[in-house]
Amino acid sequence: MRRLPAKDVVVIGLGWTGSIMALELCRAGLDVVAIERGPWRDTPTDFPPNVAPDELRNSIRQDIFLRPAQETLTFRNSLEQTALPIRRFGSFLLGNGVGGSGVHWNGQTWRFLPTDFRARSHLIERYGEGFLPPDNTIQDWPMSYEEMEPYYDRFEYVCGISGKAGNLKGERQEGGNPFEGARQRDYPTPPMRQGQAPGMFAKAAAELGFHPFPCPSANMSQAYTNPYGMRLAPCTYCGFCERFGCGNYSKSSPQSCVLPALIRHPGFEGRTDCQVTKINLTPDRKRATGVTYVDLQGQEWEQPAELVLVCAYGLFNTRLLLLSGIGQPYDPVRNEGVVGRNYAYQITTGVNGFFDNVEMNLWAGAGAHGMIIDDFNGDNFDHAPHGFVGGAYLAGYATNARPITARPTPPGTPRWGAQWKKVTAESYNRTANVGTHGSVMSYRGSYLDLDPTYKDQFGLPLMRLTFDFHENELKMSRYCTDRAVEIARAMGAKSMQVGYRQGPYSVVPYQTTHNTGGTVMGNDPKTSVVNRYTQSWDVPNVFVSGASLFPQNAGYNPTGTVGALAYWAVEAIRDRYLKNPGRLVDA
Amino acid sequence: MRALLLLALLLAAPRAMADSADITKILRGRYLATVGDCIACHTGPNGQYAGGRGIETPFGLINAPNLTPDSDTGIGQWSEADFARAMHEGVRPNGDRLYPAFPYPWYTKVTREDTDAIFAFLRTLPAVRNTVDRDTLPFPFSVRTVMRGWNLLFFSPGYYEPRADRSAEWNRGAYLVEGLGHCSACHTARNALGGDSSAAWQGGPLQGWFAPNLTNDARQGVGNWSVEDIVAYLRTGANARSRASGPMAEVVGYSTSLMNEADLRAIAVYLKDLPAAAPTPPAALATSDPAMRTGEALYVDNCMACHRRDGQGVEGIFPILAGSQVVQQPGTDTLMRIIISGVRSVATDGAPTSPGMPAFGWRLNDQQVADVVTYIRNSWGNQAPAASAADATRLRGLVAAAPH
Repeated sequence: MRRLPAKDVVVIGLGWTGSIMALELCRAGLDVVAIERGPWRDTPTDFPPNVAPDELRNSIRQDIFLRPAQETLTFRNSLEQTALPIRRFGSFLLGNGVGGSGVHWNGQTWRFLPTDFRARSHLIERYGEGFLPPDNTIQDWPMSYEEMEPYYDRFEYVCGISGKAGNLKGERQEGGNPFEGARQRDYPTPPMRQGQAPGMFAKAAAELGFHPFPCPSANMSQAYTNPYGMRLAPCTYCGFCERFGCGNYSKSSPQSCVLPALIRHPGFEGRTDCQVTKINLTPDRKRATGVTYVDLQGQEWEQPAELVLVCAYGLFNTRLLLLSGIGQPYDPVRNEGVVGRNYAYQITTGVNGFFDNVEMNLWAGAGAHGMIIDDFNGDNFDHAPHGFVGGAYLAGYATNARPITARPTPPGTPRWGAQWKKVTAESYNRTANVGTHGSVMSYRGSYLDLDPTYKDQFGLPLMRLTFDFHENELKMSRYCTDRAVEIARAMGAKSMQVGYRQGPYSVVPYQTTHNTGGTVMGNDPKTSVVNRYTQSWDVPNVFVSGASLFPQNAGYNPTGTVGALAYWAVEAIRDRYLKNPGRLVDA
Repeated sequence: MRALLLLALLLAAPRAMADSADITKILRGRYLATVGDCIACHTGPNGQYAGGRGIETPFGLINAPNLTPDSDTGIGQWSEADFARAMHEGVRPNGDRLYPAFPYPWYTKVTREDTDAIFAFLRTLPAVRNTVDRDTLPFPFSVRTVMRGWNLLFFSPGYYEPRADRSAEWNRGAYLVEGLGHCSACHTARNALGGDSSAAWQGGPLQGWFAPNLTNDARQGVGNWSVEDIVAYLRTGANARSRASGPMAEVVGYSTSLMNEADLRAIAVYLKDLPAAAPTPPAALATSDPAMRTGEALYVDNCMACHRRDGQGVEGIFPILAGSQVVQQPGTDTLMRIIISGVRSVATDGAPTSPGMPAFGWRLNDQQVADVVTYIRNSWGNQAPAASAADATRLRGLVAAAPH
């Protein structure tokens, strides 16, 4: 192993949080090196607009995603089963390379509800402890929504998010989300223009007494210049967002919002195609000395650093801490330990409504293009009659109507042949989808640990995911899907295809890439890996970022909260930790 | 300016310790070397100012020499007066004539005080041993004495003479543009012998690009640009209309983006005073013209997502084609090159995004390239001669031979 000159900061992973934290610390005068597992990726060379919208290459053949040969995980539904490796990613699709999953996301950019931040306290206050599902490990976040608000604002203004405020400093705003927490100012850009299907969704939802509003979107409604001087262009509604890089500079991503400002900073260095295998510790394990990584030629390097920022995708943050021996691994049998604890996912469903004589034109869409109701999310409605906690937003999106995979047909249609072709052609433009995007609570049996059998290309154990949907989530999802059916009916659907989510959870069909937990944050070292500033309880010069910090998963896409946490944490590092390196919170 | 100097001081950390008067002179020299964009040509594989970069000229490749103070391979043995003579007369200490790829016909206007400052700065660079082959031109150009004749025809040595009937700002701009900036080296066409053509500031072909007209012609020049537009373009590489790419990206990146605001304004004020001059364009082609119809269809399929249906682009990121100066030059080399091989605009601190135009050469044939160029040159009020497939074929060959 070769040892490199020391840096002030080593950043593991150059996606949203890695690039944000690297730039902010470079600006604070530090020498920063980022080490990224995958390749360099850049808008005009990697996803030019005359190449990127290639459904076969990018979506079907998964060209831009992490390949299992690089790193995968094993999976099982329960402790009694033997986990097997995922050899083709399905239910979630992870990023590979600079920009991470921030390259191929849809752009739905949410804030969690104020009650999500005090999930356990709030639910007990309102419904009593006995109302919580069995075996749950739901816990409060270590900060409040009000504390996070400025950092949400910061991230939204770096992204240029298009949307309409529903709550400005406590004043309800017509046309926005009436359930959201108070925000200090409106979104940086106005909402996107809505098409036929979202318009019908909003009208039907309003008639049913719900509160539709435009999805907060990282697909730009107009040109925008962010605080780093980065310029974004208006979205062309081409419909190639999720699973694609945006060549039109119209989707907020590390590439379009942060990286060009970062890479010209003299304090920054990036190394791509280099996989960090371990965070190195002093013999007393109280301090990190840097990281070990392997380059494409198989050469192993040691990069010493004063500060280690763990900014990989959440699942791999957890694995890296386990491989490095930072924090006590979680044991679900004894319900002790912290690393790998409180893994959660999300639960999604969709209702396809088939219409007569309406041209939906969903091909003119975007990842976060649509209307939403939040009436059934979080604790925005009284759960007492229903016997479950959590919720979902309901969405009428105009998105993903791409030529190969968008082939909706009404129930009873043959799966192939002349009749299928005829109905497919008739249905393509006369279908609208109402989706549900639901929360998943944390449970004792849902967790991450190192697999006892399977190893990666470096001989290191793969991470093992143990997860299944619980009765609480299936019940919640069924309830919300029934509300989606009501809306589709009110929109005038002649027939419907309703996809209730059934257990057991399968890693094969795509559902969502919103995996959370594993390195959760909290105020109690017995139930959290990091403190409220995302600093490791055990090794204070290690900070962790990303959705692995979430104690349980809310009913929203996570990126807004992930970005806000990055600004929250980097400010604590810059303004508090650097002045007095050590624990920011007493255990 | 003061802040810039302090910053430069911090960044440069001159090797030799010197007293404060020297430091002031060195920092001024560093700034003037930036204005002259010396680094662009004199940087090769062995380091900044160490030479070795091949400069394309119509007469062959010329390697830029090593400007570091190495005594054998650089200018370590030169005196201040030697350097001043090279800048002012285009002659090396041993009497050899320099080729005007080194822009001494412009640098001759630079004051002795300024060349001394640049020399003082160059002396602070780390000496790099890098032998550069200085004799790469073919016969008869390889005989440096031919430059005596060239100089008689095209070179008039002399310091810049301020004009009393113009403001100090105008004179500063003229001094920079006509001297260290050597702007007309590209923006005035060369004649067959490489001297200035009579069409001063009207632009011309430049190694597979077309340097645009800088006069105040409203269509082909900067007649519709304000002083602020020009300053923004030079400082950041981007303004509401356009973005710097190609050879100008290098000029902005290494030189103008690092210049101070007062000098950029002075340059703009001077350029805005150049009288309009441009060839009269033919009447715009009718929309029914077959090339226009094909070009329009290609434009809608390939270009519209960024440059918009009405050619208005997106301010500050995708250039406006309607009324564009670059689009309406007499020559089509820049447009064809950008379409065939794509281009990346410059990244600066003021505009870090550096958007890129993708290459379309892999999916448009030469006739299609010509048709879409003809279309954008004759739409939305634009007027310029139609493009030819033969030019696209030539450009494709050039790009294949020298992709960058």
